[in-house]
Amino acid sequence: MSKIDRFTAIPVRNQDADVRNKNFEEVCLGYNIEEATAEASRCLECKKPSCVAGCPVSINIPGFIGQIKQGNLEKAGEILFDGSTLPAICGRVCPQESQCEGVCVLNKKGDSVSIGKLERFVADYVNENKTLKVVKKPANGHKVAIVGSGPAGLSCAGELAKAGYDVTIFEALHKAGGVLEYGIPEFRLPKERVVKKEIDNIRNLGVKIETDVIIGRTVTVAKLLTEEGFKAVYLASGAGLPKFMGIPGENYNGVFSANEVLTRSNLMKAFRDEYDTPVFVGKKVVVVGGGNVAMDAARTALRFGAEVHIVYRRSIEELPARVEEVHHAQEEGIIFDVLCNPTEIVGTVSGWVKGVKCLRMELGEPDASGRRSPIPVPGSEFIIEADSVIMSLGTNPNPIINKSTEGLKLNKWECIDACEETGKTSLDGVFAGGDAVTGAATVILAMGAGKKSAVAIDKYISEKYN
Amino acid sequence: MFEIKKHRVLASGISLYQVYAPRVAKSALPGQFVIVRTHEEGERIPLTVADYNAEKGTVTIVIQAVGKATHRIVDLKEGDSFLDFAGPLGHPTELIDEKIEDLKDLKILFVGGGVGAAPIYPQVKWLADKGIKADMILGARSEEQLIIVDELKEVTNNLHLCTNDGSVGRQGFVTDVMKDLREKNEFNYDLIIVIGPMIMMKSVSELTAEYGIKTIASLNTLMVDGTGMCGACRVSIGGKTKFACVDGPEFNAHEVNFDEAMRRQLMFKSEEGQALIKLQKEKEGHKCSCKG
Ligand SMILES: Cc1cc2nc3c(=O)[nH]c(=O)nc-3n(C[C@H](O)[C@H](O)[C@H](O)COP(=O)(O)OP(=O)(O)OC[C@H]3O[C@@H](n4cnc5c(N)ncnc54)[C@H](O)[C@@H]3O)c2cc1C
Ligand SMILES: Cc1cc2nc3c(=O)[nH]c(=O)nc-3n(C[C@H](O)[C@H](O)[C@H](O)COP(=O)(O)OP(=O)(O)OC[C@H]3O[C@@H](n4cnc5c(N)ncnc54)[C@H](O)[C@@H]3O)c2cc1C
Ligand code: SF4
Ligand code: SF4
Ligand code: FES
Repeated sequence: MSKIDRFTAIPVRNQDADVRNKNFEEVCLGYNIEEATAEASRCLECKKPSCVAGCPVSINIPGFIGQIKQGNLEKAGEILFDGSTLPAICGRVCPQESQCEGVCVLNKKGDSVSIGKLERFVADYVNENKTLKVVKKPANGHKVAIVGSGPAGLSCAGELAKAGYDVTIFEALHKAGGVLEYGIPEFRLPKERVVKKEIDNIRNLGVKIETDVIIGRTVTVAKLLTEEGFKAVYLASGAGLPKFMGIPGENYNGVFSANEVLTRSNLMKAFRDEYDTPVFVGKKVVVVGGGNVAMDAARTALRFGAEVHIVYRRSIEELPARVEEVHHAQEEGIIFDVLCNPTEIVGTVSGWVKGVKCLRMELGEPDASGRRSPIPVPGSEFIIEADSVIMSLGTNPNPIINKSTEGLKLNKWECIDACEETGKTSLDGVFAGGDAVTGAATVILAMGAGKKSAVAIDKYISEKYN
Repeated sequence: MFEIKKHRVLASGISLYQVYAPRVAKSALPGQFVIVRTHEEGERIPLTVADYNAEKGTVTIVIQAVGKATHRIVDLKEGDSFLDFAGPLGHPTELIDEKIEDLKDLKILFVGGGVGAAPIYPQVKWLADKGIKADMILGARSEEQLIIVDELKEVTNNLHLCTNDGSVGRQGFVTDVMKDLREKNEFNYDLIIVIGPMIMMKSVSELTAEYGIKTIASLNTLMVDGTGMCGACRVSIGGKTKFACVDGPEFNAHEVNFDEAMRRQLMFKSEEGQALIKLQKEKEGHKCSCKG
């Protein structure tokens, strides 16, 4: 390896764009040991590390990176897993550029340390070599129920199990993981190799996961607390209810929510021949929206063989998706039709999508949020031909819990009203966190919320029952 | 795993299963459904709860083989298991929210077509348990396809049968029986609940709209998760988009856009859909292994 320049990051290897846009294998290949050691050596191991303040779960970043430098990967793993229950996942999907890496001191003069890539490297090492030791307090006999097996539920469960609680996660779907399993595509977050291993780590702490149980339908929150003997319940049911635009033609055959396409592809593995799941994207697909979910849906459709257009009403600079994801999408051949807003879906006589009617937009004065708001250009109507449309306009909280739990206070966005620090809700013994409380956010924020609530639940139960 | 305690063939291609699923059995109510999977690579199949027994921990379902997944289910035998059996999903029938005294004053007619007899059974039985006996019209292609008639006889007041070929009961459709009763001035119902194939629910709904009688239909749309997360099940009710799995499956039939619902149900089946899926497969460059 050539001499290391303190201010230039070691590049990470990716699958070639022209190869990966036809397969579902992971795009980013990650560092090998030499690359990781070289990248780690750039870290200054700051006395007052700004990076740690930028991490929502305060991982001891210089601590674990220092161990990589010394070639001590097991120790690095211990430090890493001490701060996070899902590091192989976060290393891959955290928006690092606006968190830990965004505030790394090296940023001032060059590239920040690639904290996420190093985190992923160490976590993969630990998961593959099974070096993680289970450290937990003796069982205290108290049962806690967790609703939902996404990152919020998993991290809360993991922390409580370590503290000696008897924890059961109830999951509505047939597989654990929440968005990690059904939403984020295989090519960004491999399921067997990464997600399953990190969930197994949590099972190894003694956490039970009951799938196929829909809280609010199969059992209510009230019954968990009374009949089933749980001392507390943590609601981590996420925000998965897809929004539609409310424009004419949205129910034509061939119009899907991003969640449907992603669920068919990820949870139901439509991309594997041996699975029965049908998925349909057609020859040309329009994806409406500009967030991470839109990028995932678009890149999934592309891999099923479609020509993919992303239609977004502002300009490319304003795309809410992560920059890295937009770059990857562009490299893979996704076409961005920006400053363009759908007004109607047009269909064939038999009711199938034929195209999307759009208006061109231009950017006006900045609005309250500081972003320049798009204004339609009069008379600019045109049609983009397409045989399917994927709506990716964001999501609302999952409805079942919120509607079936009497006395559970919601806020004006229909999210669960919960204390930010503890997750306490309007019901005694019921805590909540993650997307169900904040609305669609990020994996690491959901995990952070789960961790904080674990502390609060421990305190609640100790005070009430000991 | 959810073990099959009992299996009975009701007609060719239609099977009844009693499945051990104690959590579901404890909470199930008439009108709700479950989602099942037979094996890891299989689809998630929505099926209406046809009966339940909280003490025994069993839930009964009745399945008609129509495609790949349902054919696989009807091959299952006693002692086999479902990999997944999730539920109960959806809202129970609105009858259970009514006061019993109010229900006693209502004249209720159930109209069932084909396997639709099965999801009707728990509703009629629930009423019969409260001392309310409803009437029912049950239609099928032929005598062989008429299912659970004896069970239904026990819990209904009048049970009218009809078959397309006239092998038993009146020859004709359920709507023909309705018209007969109307002519005889015996069609004095306050509420009609119809469950069966979409096209049959549409015809019944059109007729009862003409008669001006409130009608409820249970919509068997395509579904994926059944928890409100994908929107595959969306239907237009009174011009508004609703999700059948969480807002339904029962809706005011006169507000349902049946044409749209029928079209959407065939999304992965229509020629257009199939042709496009095939094309997609060719583009991906592997031989089609006929998915679903
Ligand atoms: C396609 C997509 C891509 C994304 N990409 C990124 C990314 O790159 N980086 C990032 O940081 N974030 C990303 N996000 C956001 C991130 O995944 C979420 O913020 C995070 O998963 C929220 O975690 P959670 O635990 O609150 O909920 P979820 O992950 O949504 O999990 C909730 C779980 O609860 C279950 N559930 C719901 N209701 C019930 C019930 N009544 N009973 C039992 N179980 C129930 C659900 O089935 C689900 O499994 C993405 C989201 C999507 C949809
Ligand atoms: C709430 C609900 C309750 C249901 N209850 C029952 C029940 O009690 N018993 C029962 O036998 N079936 C019931 N169904 C229908 C059952 O789910 C479908 O028959 C099944 O999903 C078809 O799967 P398949 O893979 O075998 O067939 P596919 O290969 O997917 O389809 C075969 C044929 O059936 C049609 N079809 C596909 N899905 C549905 C559907 N959801 N409803 C109607 N037709 C469909 C297709 O268009 C095609 O013509 C219910 C559906 C819903 C949504
Ligand atoms: S968890 Fe996320 S924010 Fe924290 S160090 Fe890892 S990548 Fe950075
Ligand atoms: S701020 Fe950057 S250089 Fe300093 S400890 Fe953190 S990662 Fe290392
Ligand atoms: S089946 Fe997915 S939202 Fe209804």
